[in-house]
Amino acid sequence: MKNFEYVRPDSVAQAVQALDRRGAMPLAGGMDMVPGMQDNVIIADRVVNLKSIRDDGVRGIRETDYGLVIGALTTLTEIAEHPVVQSHYAALAEATVEVGSPQIRNAGTLGGNLCQRPRCWYFRNEHYNCLKKGGPRCFAADDDAENQYNAILGGGPAYIVHPSNCASALVALDATFHVAGPDGPRAVHADDFFVLPTERLLQENVLRQGEIVTHVEIAAPADGAKSAFLETAERAGFDWGISGAAVSGVVRDGVINGPRIVLYAVAPIPWRARDAEALIDGKPLTEDAIRAAGEAALAGAEPLSNNGYKVPLTKTMVRRALARLA
Amino acid sequence: MAVIPWKPAGEMTHITKNTTRVDAVPKVTGKAEFSYDVLPKDALIGLFVTSPYPNCTAVTVDTAAAEALPGVKAVWTDEGKVCRMAGEFVAAVAAETRDIARDAVRRVRVEWERYPFVVKAEDARQPNSAQVHGATRPNVNRAADDEAGDVDAAFESAAAVVDGTYSTQVQTHTSLESHGMTCRWDDAGENLRVWASTQGVFSVRGELAGALEMPESSVVVTTDYMGGGFGSKFGAGVEGIVCARLARDAGRAVKLLLTREQEQTNSGNRPSSVQHIRAAADAEGRVTAFDMEAHGTGGYSQGAGFPAPYIYGVFGDPPSIPNRRIVRDDVYINAGNARAMRAPGHPQASFGMEATMDELAYALDIDPVDLRVLNDPNETRQAQYRDAAKRIGWSRRNAEPGADAGPVKTGFGIGAARWGGGGGGTRATVEIHSDGSAVVKCGTQDLGTGTRTVVAAVAAEQLGLAVEDITPLIGDTRFPPSGGSGGSTTCASVAPAIKVTADAALATLFGRVAPALDAQADNLEAVDRTIRRIDDPSKSLAWADACALLGAEPISETEQHDGSLSSRGTAGVCSVELTVDEETGDVRIQKVVSVQEAGLVIDKLTLESQLIGAVIQGISYALHEDRVMDRLLGHQVNANMEFYKISGAMDIPEIEPVVWMAEESLSRGVIGIGEPPVIPVAAAIGNAVRNATGARVAGLPITPRRVLEALEREGRAQG
Ligand SMILES: Cc1cc2nc3c(=O)[nH]c(=O)nc-3n(C[C@H](O)[C@H](O)[C@H](O)COP(=O)(O)OP(=O)(O)OC[C@H]3O[C@@H](n4cnc5c(N)ncnc54)[C@H](O)[C@@H]3O)c2cc1C
Ligand code: SF4
Repeated sequence: MKNFEYVRPDSVAQAVQALDRRGAMPLAGGMDMVPGMQDNVIIADRVVNLKSIRDDGVRGIRETDYGLVIGALTTLTEIAEHPVVQSHYAALAEATVEVGSPQIRNAGTLGGNLCQRPRCWYFRNEHYNCLKKGGPRCFAADDDAENQYNAILGGGPAYIVHPSNCASALVALDATFHVAGPDGPRAVHADDFFVLPTERLLQENVLRQGEIVTHVEIAAPADGAKSAFLETAERAGFDWGISGAAVSGVVRDGVINGPRIVLYAVAPIPWRARDAEALIDGKPLTEDAIRAAGEAALAGAEPLSNNGYKVPLTKTMVRRALARLA
Repeated sequence: MAVIPWKPAGEMTHITKNTTRVDAVPKVTGKAEFSYDVLPKDALIGLFVTSPYPNCTAVTVDTAAAEALPGVKAVWTDEGKVCRMAGEFVAAVAAETRDIARDAVRRVRVEWERYPFVVKAEDARQPNSAQVHGATRPNVNRAADDEAGDVDAAFESAAAVVDGTYSTQVQTHTSLESHGMTCRWDDAGENLRVWASTQGVFSVRGELAGALEMPESSVVVTTDYMGGGFGSKFGAGVEGIVCARLARDAGRAVKLLLTREQEQTNSGNRPSSVQHIRAAADAEGRVTAFDMEAHGTGGYSQGAGFPAPYIYGVFGDPPSIPNRRIVRDDVYINAGNARAMRAPGHPQASFGMEATMDELAYALDIDPVDLRVLNDPNETRQAQYRDAAKRIGWSRRNAEPGADAGPVKTGFGIGAARWGGGGGGTRATVEIHSDGSAVVKCGTQDLGTGTRTVVAAVAAEQLGLAVEDITPLIGDTRFPPSGGSGGSTTCASVAPAIKVTADAALATLFGRVAPALDAQADNLEAVDRTIRRIDDPSKSLAWADACALLGAEPISETEQHDGSLSSRGTAGVCSVELTVDEETGDVRIQKVVSVQEAGLVIDKLTLESQLIGAVIQGISYALHEDRVMDRLLGHQVNANMEFYKISGAMDIPEIEPVVWMAEESLSRGVIGIGEPPVIPVAAAIGNAVRNATGARVAGLPITPRRVLEALEREGRAQG
C-alpha cells in the first residue's frame, strides 16, 4: 500500500478541515477501506480516522421528536440489535444483520457502509484499470466478462451494483443523510445521495471532497407503517446478496399507501422501482397486485451476458418483501 | 519375531472405540503451534513477485530498486521464466517486515514478453485458439481412448437410453494455512532447519536436499501442526526452495508462506470436467452400455483424468459395463495447475455417473436405490445403499419430481464411493523408560486427520495403557521414516507399524520383568496399566513398578509396518435430503448421511470427524466453490476467500456419520478413508435437486443462477 499521512481529529470540524484536500479520505471501521488500500485499489495520501472524533451525535442511536437519529460512527451491530430499530424500522434491522459477518458488523459503521466502494471484482483487482478507477473501460460491460454479479438496471457506462445493504433500507425508509463539510452542514435525502455512473464515475454518492456523513435521520413511522428487507445470497451467512428488495409503506385494512420499493444488488444505486410503487399505491396488497409490482419493478431490466437470472430472482424478492407488508 | 494379528474387536480397549484427540486442547485453545506460527528470532519475511500476464516470459528482472530499500536482505530471481498463468513466481524478496517486503516486490522491474492466452477450456478447444504452451504442445491432448464390446448394438437393443452432459468446475485447494515454510541455516550454513506446512516431511526433505545439492542428513524438517493439505502439500515446492535460498543468502531465517491470493492461484486444484454421457440399460435395469466423450482442464498442466464408468457394472471380472466407449481429452489453459485433491478424479466421475444412474432410474421407473443395488456387485455397498436410504428417510421421497405444493420442494439423492487406501513403508520406535513413560516416535505427520491420536491409541492398546500414558512424537525427519500422508494411506501405514513396534517393545519388557513375576515371558500380558501372569492374573506388577526394574537401560525397539495388519479397498454411500426454493434457486441441504467402511477402525471419533469434514467439503464443492477465470485479461477474478466461496457454518446441515462396524469389515485390518467420503456428496446433492424440482442442474456448483436457468429450460420458471 502507498504511504499516507494519518490524522486523528478530535471533532467533526477538525476532520472536515483535514479532509479538505485531494487525496484525503475518511476512515471509520476500516472493513472496506483497509483491504482496499492493501490491494492498491483504494489510494489515499492522507487518512483521517473519524473514530477519534469526540463530538456528540456522530455515534449511537437516539429517539427524537422527529424520529430516529443514528450517528455515522454507530456500528452495524448496534443498529441490528437495537430494539427500536427492530420494532419500528424493520427494513434497516433486517438489512443490517445481513452485512458480512459478526466481526465485520462489530467493526463496520453505518457511515462506512453507506460510503463503501464497489465490490465488483474487476474494481477490486489491481490489474483491471476500469472506469471506476479512472481507467478507459468497464470490463463488466463486455459480453465475455464475468458479470454474473453486476447490474441489470441503471447500468452504463459502469455496471457496478451498489454494495450497501443499509443504503437500500434507508432509501425505503425515506431517510435523510446529514453531511458536514467545508461549506457547512447540509441535509441530503437518501433518494438523492447515491448517484449513477452517468453522473459520477469515481464515486457513488454526492459527497464533495472534505464532506463526511455525520448522522442519518429517519422520520418516526406513521400509524400502520411497515417495512421489510430481504435478500438472496449464494451462502447462508457471510456473503453478499445477489439480489434483494427493501420495501415500506403504510398498510391499513390491507391497502398500501406511499409504498417504496427499492431494489438491492441489481443497480449502481439503491434502485427505486417507481413504476411498481405507482401501480400499487392506494390499492389492496393482493397477490395479483404484488405479482404485478414484481413485473413492473423489473420491466426496464437490461441484463448483461451472464446475469439474466437476476431478473426473475429480483421479481421474487419484490413479491416476497411486499408480501411481508400485507 | 512373528507378527501378531490384531486382537478381535470385542477385546479391544481403545481401538474401535472413541478416543478424544490427544491434541484437542492445544488446538482449541490456540496453544498448538502451526507451521505458519513458527517465527524464529530475527526471521525475515519472504514474498514473491508474480506475473501480471497469463502467458508471458520474464525477459529481464531488475531488483536493484528493491534491494536499495532499507530492510531488504535478499532477493531471488528467475529471469527468463516462461509463465503460463497470471500469478507465476518470477522473483522474491526477503525483508525485515511484511510491509517492507510488500513495498519491495512493487519495486522489482520486469520486462515482459507477452503471448496470446486462453483461460477457458471451451475456448482452448477451438481450432483458432491461442496456444497455452506456444508451439511446443497443442492445447488438446487425447488422454483416454478405450472401447470394449459392441456399443452401438447395445444402444439399439436397450430398454432405456439416457443422454446428458454433466460438468464439474475447478476447485482450488484453498488450504487455510497457505503453502510454504520457514527455513534457517545452522552450523555456519552446514545444516538446514525447516518448519514446513506439509503432508510429507520426508518428501520435503528429499526435494530440498536435491535442489540445494546437500545430503538429506543435513536437512531437518518438522511439521508439528499443519492447516490443511488435501494432496497439495507433498513437496517443498518453488516456495520452499526459494525460502531456503533466501535464508542462505541473507544469513537469516526466512518465513515464506504464500499470500491468500497466491494460495488460490498457485497451490493446485481439482481439475474441471465436461462429460457427455450416453448410457443404456436392459428392462430389469442392468446397465449395458456406456459411451462418454469428455474433456477437462488441469490448467497449464495435465491431469484432468477420472475413472469411468464409475462404480456400476455387473458384467465380467472385474465387473464393469460390457459395452463401453470412452474418449477423453486433457485441455490446457493459462491457469493454475492440477494437483492431487482429496480422492483425485473420483468426485468428477461420481457426478456424471450418478446423474446417469438416476436418469436411467427415471426412464425405467425403478427406484434409484434398487437400481444401484442391482448394478453394484459390492456386497458391502449393497447393504450400505439400504442403510443410507433408511437413515435419510428415503420412503418420504417423491417418485414424481417436484410433487410438493408451493415453491419450496424437497428432494432426496444418493451416491456411492470406492477407494483403495492401504498402507506400507512406515517404521517406528517405541521407548519404555524406567519412569514408566512410553514414547512413540514415527516420522509421519498429522495433516489434521488425527494421526497423533492414532499413534497414541494403538500404542496404548498394545501396551495395556491409557492413551494419556503415551507420548506420541511425530512430524520430524529425525524420527523413523514414514510416507507422505496421501491416498488415504496414513492410518493404514502408521497404525500397523506402531502395533508391531509396541508388541516388540512389550516383548522385551516382558523378558526383562519375567523373573520378578516368576514366569516365562510368554506367560505375561499387559492390561490396565499392569503386567500380569496369564495363568495367574493375581501375580502382577503395576506398569510403573515393572518399568522401574529397567533401571538405567530403557527399552528402545524399532520395527515396521506389516502388510498382514492392513488392507485395501473400501465402500461408502452418501444420501442427502434437501430443499430447493424454485423462486430463488436457493438450495438448502437438510441432512446428509455418510456411511463408510474403514476396515479395522482405530479411533471411531476421528473417523467420524473425517466423514463430517468430507461431507462439508463435498457440500462446498456442490454448491459454492468455483474458480472464476476472466477472459478479458486472464486473471482469476475471485482469488480470495470472499468470492471463491466456501460453505460456511450456516450452510451445513445435520450430518450423520455412520462408521461401518460389520465384523467382516473390522476383521480386514486397517484401511484409510480420508478421501472416499467426499466423493459422492456432490453427486447425491445433484440427484436430490433433480428429484426436488424435476430439473437437472447438470453443472457444478449448483448456484441459484444455475437452478433458475435449469428451471427456465424445463419451462418451470416461477419468476
Ligand atoms: C467479507 C466482507 C463482506 C461484506 N459483506 C457486506 C454485505 O453483505 N453488505 C454490506 O452492505 N456490506 C458488506 N461488507 C462491507 C462492510 O460492511 C462495510 O464495508 C462496512 O460497513 C464499512 O464500514 P467501515 O466503518 O468499516 O468503513 P470503512 O472501511 O472505514 O470506510 C468505507 C468507505 O466509506 C468512507 N467513509 C467511512 N465513514 C464515512 C463517513 N462518515 N462519511 C463519509 N465517508 C465515510 C471511507 O472513506 C471509505 O471509502 C462486507 C465487507 C467484507 C470485508
Ligand atoms: S462495473 Fe464498475 S467497477 Fe466493475 S469493471 Fe465496470 S467500471 Fe469497473
